[in-house]
Amino acid sequence: MADLNANAGVVPQGPKPKKRLSRGNIFLYGTLIVVSLYYLLPLYVMMVTSLKGMPEIRMGNVFGPPLEITYQPWVKAWSEACTGINCDGLSRGFWNSVWILVPSLVLSISIASVNGYALANWKFKGSETFFTVLIIGAFIPYQTMLYPLVIMLRESGDGITWLVSWMNPILEALGMEPFGRIRLMGSLSGLVIVHSIFGMPILTLLFRNYFASVPEELFKAARVDGAGFWTIYFKIMLPMALPIFVVAIILQVTGIWNDFLFGVIYTKPNIYPMTVQLNNIVNSVQGVKEYNVNMAATLLTGLVPLVIYFASGKLFVRGIAAGAVKG
Amino acid sequence: MTVASDPPVQTVRKPNRMFKNKMAKIASIPMILTALCVFVGGTLWTVLHSFTGSRMLPKRDWVGLAQYERLWDSDRWIISVKNLALYGFFSLTFTLVVAFCLAACLDRKIRFENTFRTIFLYPFALSFVVTGLAWQWILNPQFGFQSVVRGWGWESFNFDPLNNPETVMFGLLIAGLWQGTGLIMCIMLAGLRGIDEDIWKAARVDGIGTVKTYVQVIIPMMRPVFITSLVLIASGIIKLYDLVVAQTNGGPGISSEVPAKYVINYMFQAQNLGQGFAASTMMLVSVVIILIPWAYLEFGGKKNG
Repeated sequence: MADLNANAGVVPQGPKPKKRLSRGNIFLYGTLIVVSLYYLLPLYVMMVTSLKGMPEIRMGNVFGPPLEITYQPWVKAWSEACTGINCDGLSRGFWNSVWILVPSLVLSISIASVNGYALANWKFKGSETFFTVLIIGAFIPYQTMLYPLVIMLRESGDGITWLVSWMNPILEALGMEPFGRIRLMGSLSGLVIVHSIFGMPILTLLFRNYFASVPEELFKAARVDGAGFWTIYFKIMLPMALPIFVVAIILQVTGIWNDFLFGVIYTKPNIYPMTVQLNNIVNSVQGVKEYNVNMAATLLTGLVPLVIYFASGKLFVRGIAAGAVKG
Repeated sequence: MTVASDPPVQTVRKPNRMFKNKMAKIASIPMILTALCVFVGGTLWTVLHSFTGSRMLPKRDWVGLAQYERLWDSDRWIISVKNLALYGFFSLTFTLVVAFCLAACLDRKIRFENTFRTIFLYPFALSFVVTGLAWQWILNPQFGFQSVVRGWGWESFNFDPLNNPETVMFGLLIAGLWQGTGLIMCIMLAGLRGIDEDIWKAARVDGIGTVKTYVQVIIPMMRPVFITSLVLIASGIIKLYDLVVAQTNGGPGISSEVPAKYVINYMFQAQNLGQGFAASTMMLVSVVIILIPWAYLEFGGKKNG
């Protein structure tokens, strides 16, 4: 009692702190651990399957750790697995995906960041309307836009062919290879354009919201100093927007790498991205199924987004939370 | 401010403003083209051509609603729609319930919160193709989960959803939930974190139990979060395609076909564009039906508030 009076101001309030292992807590942690097992199971099963030999897999026990670890399935998945007549493994799909990813990333993010900047700081008549249409467009099922895009890509490919054809006589006179028919449909560049188009709504939204949160005084001060559209963008906005660029990159890398639909429609077999090639390898009906090779191939395909995920931590959550706004 | 009120500068500024708007407009050309040509133009084009008899190439021979009649007469389309409805209903219910429960668990100031969140969210980083193939292997009747349980001594154990037309959608659901709940959980967790600590204190003072507080106080407060999640899950369900292609490829038979797959198959494999256009228009209609009430709730409500 005397003690209590002595510290009258700091009497502990509320219920007594619970012991760490109360019944409620055991239930809570128990649930979380059981659910975690469900979430971790596929990753674990893929891992152990890819390290087993086929005889061991046929013995059953998909959950058991490998008795004898072999890296052969990984080697085979990477460099020997067959799709159709090509037997050079997933490496082909991997490099295709890289060649799709890098230009798509640069193009989509540069377009979207400039768009977002224009929408936030340089509003013009109708800019908000176009933006609203863009955002509504993000909700339209891709299926209604797939075929018109096929036509647009084909026609603009022909258009570009026509545009550059005047140079052909000059090139021939110089002894160089003239331009042939330029194709956007069924090519990597066509797919890059498609990815930039369908990534635009969410990325533009991301950048617009970010630039809108930048204090307006900064922008006004730069205007008073006589800086124009591009000067302000490159000298002021770009350096400040680095975190949002990282979020956009995470969003796009996982999105483009994981894409299947656009890859299968806008490219052709020898330039299929990794996901499409993976599906063709695993679900091919010919030959004996090699489950260990299949799982190694599956893990290889999942590796890039997984590395991004584990390396980026909180930023990934921010990226998908931004993606969530889009819906 | 002083600059603006200076008359000579102002006269110089007028044409300047025209010029700077021009720059912003030029920079926005890709956005305007995408919005108008691809999103609006493309959609209208597809809807328009769903009333034609296009087969290998799009043409303009109007056939009225014939494509739609054929669509709704087709067994495959009916099965696709039924499958999507089944998948959609369970996916929506389970995702919302599971994601909310997990978020509530993580919100109880537990240890290792970050570890658990990382575990629940990592499948979302993986593609549907990877998800589908991983679960196809686990659910493999010969070597997968079924054979393992049988190996433990339960010889009559039967769990082979992917090869049974009655249950194949649930096989897909197991994989779909695994991939997608993490995202919704994160959104819900953010929503729970946004709730004032005082609400909890007040509930405790009134002697309301934890579960009761969640059901009667917290969930009603989180209505916007639930609506966002709902829109998110629903738009994901309609897009359901890669998962089916990877995990079952529509089989056994046509028992796990979905509308998105119907569209792609008719447009790009069966050379029957008209059917593809009609089916994709039906998908668009279903999205519009979902979106209009949401847009009304979201934006109509804001104007009134």
